[in-house]
Amino acid sequence: MVSNSVKTGQEIFANPFSLPSSFVWDNYGYVWSIASFNAYLKNSVLVTAVSVFLVLAVSSAAAFALARYRFTGNTFLYLFFLSGLMLPIRLGIIPLFILMKNLNLLDTYASLILTYTASAIPFAVFILTGFFKALPKELEFAARIDGCNEYRIYYQIMLPLVRPALATVAIFNFVQTWNDFFIPLVFISSDHLKTVPLGMTNFFGQYQTDWNYLFAGLTLATLPTLIMYLFMSKQFIKGLTAGAVKG
Amino acid sequence: MQTHIAVFIIPALIIYTVFVVYPFLVSFRLSLYDWKGLGPMVYVGLGNFVKLFTKEPFNQQFFNALKHNLIFFVVTMIVQNLVGLVLAIILSRRIRGSAIFQAVYFLPVTLSLVVVGYLWTLMLNPMWGTVNQILRVVGLGSLTRPWLGDPHTALLTIILVNAWQWLGFPLLVFLASIQGIPDEFYEAARIDGASEWHIARHITVPLILPSITMVTIMTFIGTMNAFDIVYTMEGILGSPFFSTDVLGTFFYRTAFGTVWGTPGNLGFGSAVAVVMFLMVLIVSYAWLQITKKHEVQY
Repeated sequence: MVSNSVKTGQEIFANPFSLPSSFVWDNYGYVWSIASFNAYLKNSVLVTAVSVFLVLAVSSAAAFALARYRFTGNTFLYLFFLSGLMLPIRLGIIPLFILMKNLNLLDTYASLILTYTASAIPFAVFILTGFFKALPKELEFAARIDGCNEYRIYYQIMLPLVRPALATVAIFNFVQTWNDFFIPLVFISSDHLKTVPLGMTNFFGQYQTDWNYLFAGLTLATLPTLIMYLFMSKQFIKGLTAGAVKG
Repeated sequence: MQTHIAVFIIPALIIYTVFVVYPFLVSFRLSLYDWKGLGPMVYVGLGNFVKLFTKEPFNQQFFNALKHNLIFFVVTMIVQNLVGLVLAIILSRRIRGSAIFQAVYFLPVTLSLVVVGYLWTLMLNPMWGTVNQILRVVGLGSLTRPWLGDPHTALLTIILVNAWQWLGFPLLVFLASIQGIPDEFYEAARIDGASEWHIARHITVPLILPSITMVTIMTFIGTMNAFDIVYTMEGILGSPFFSTDVLGTFFYRTAFGTVWGTPGNLGFGSAVAVVMFLMVLIVSYAWLQITKKHEVQY
């Protein structure tokens, strides 16, 4: 794929396996600016980063409250959040589509961000509640004696302690959001708002395909997750299989 | 409820309720209406479901897609999870380089299905794709064919590409639970003279049954919801001649219409979604109950 990405269209047909006879970096230039890959990348980065941040923020707060306080409705709320693990978001996509239309959010970043955030909450609450529950009570008592209020206990004491769980949730959501294709396909119609997976479909025309550009596009689309994976494959694997193994 | 508890919980609760739970419930209500998205909503009771199961061409396409989903599930189970299990048993022996193998097998899981779909479409290209070229080089030129264009091979090809991508997932889940089995079990079996096959069959598999259940259910849910891979490799019509059509593409067509501008019907689409959800729910629940009886403790 990478070697074909620097060939001309004709050379790919003639010698798909050979190393390129000369490097046609223009393929990347074309894909990057004219085929607006840079815009898709910007959209993907923005949507993924904001969604992951929002999920971590709201879910960790909710998980903290569910794990550390006793109040009426605690178990009910926990199960209510967990039931979302069962609901495939795709099957609710039609009402979601109508809802976004009524809120005037169709074809905006917000439609993607809100959907990704909401659908990631059940898993995040599930993982984080487990971790918060495992922390010793004494930490809380000590902090209270020192005059911390509840918000500071959450933010300054407990949150740093569950950092590994936050990383797990972040990686899991990063991969899911970054690679998602279905939700942008339904919500986004303007070309300049498309994310990378959706934008890729532009390179793949129904009747004729410019293979050299497609190869360059595929290489670029793969790079971000690939680099992350190479640097932290252990955490990646842990993040993506979390929840599937007991404990 | 005290104020700080509410402050902690309410943001997540609102986002989750409005954008996950509410749409989901509305799906059920919407499935009872005939509605093109614009214009009036007509209450039709269970009419959409009757239409789905009995009226041509909807019932043909529905059962055709459903059949493909079931094939998708069965073949994926056999290829991906069986290979995953065998590889997990081999890698659990702490052979040299096992960490590298794990990383390599897992790598495709992190890729976008769209990227995987396109890459394989290129490799399977009948004219100059890698797959046919390799077949020619090793003297199996008679086997070359337009893999994705032939109705007899298209579905199987897509299933195998999908299995290739996800292989690393069951592998790692199985590996993690195999590593949780105490060594004494194996030592005792070896002293008793059990063969590797017997050990796998009577010790490893029964003890990791919970993981197998988990992976089976996830595979079922995943294959029932298959969409991206078919969409990128064969398009929204499940080409050629609907031979790769699955419930996901069928659902998308009925709800949002086809690429040629045939209007979709949001009410009818919701009915398809409801049927898909109920099938997933019932089968997962039944499978859970069946395997629970066979679980072994240690």
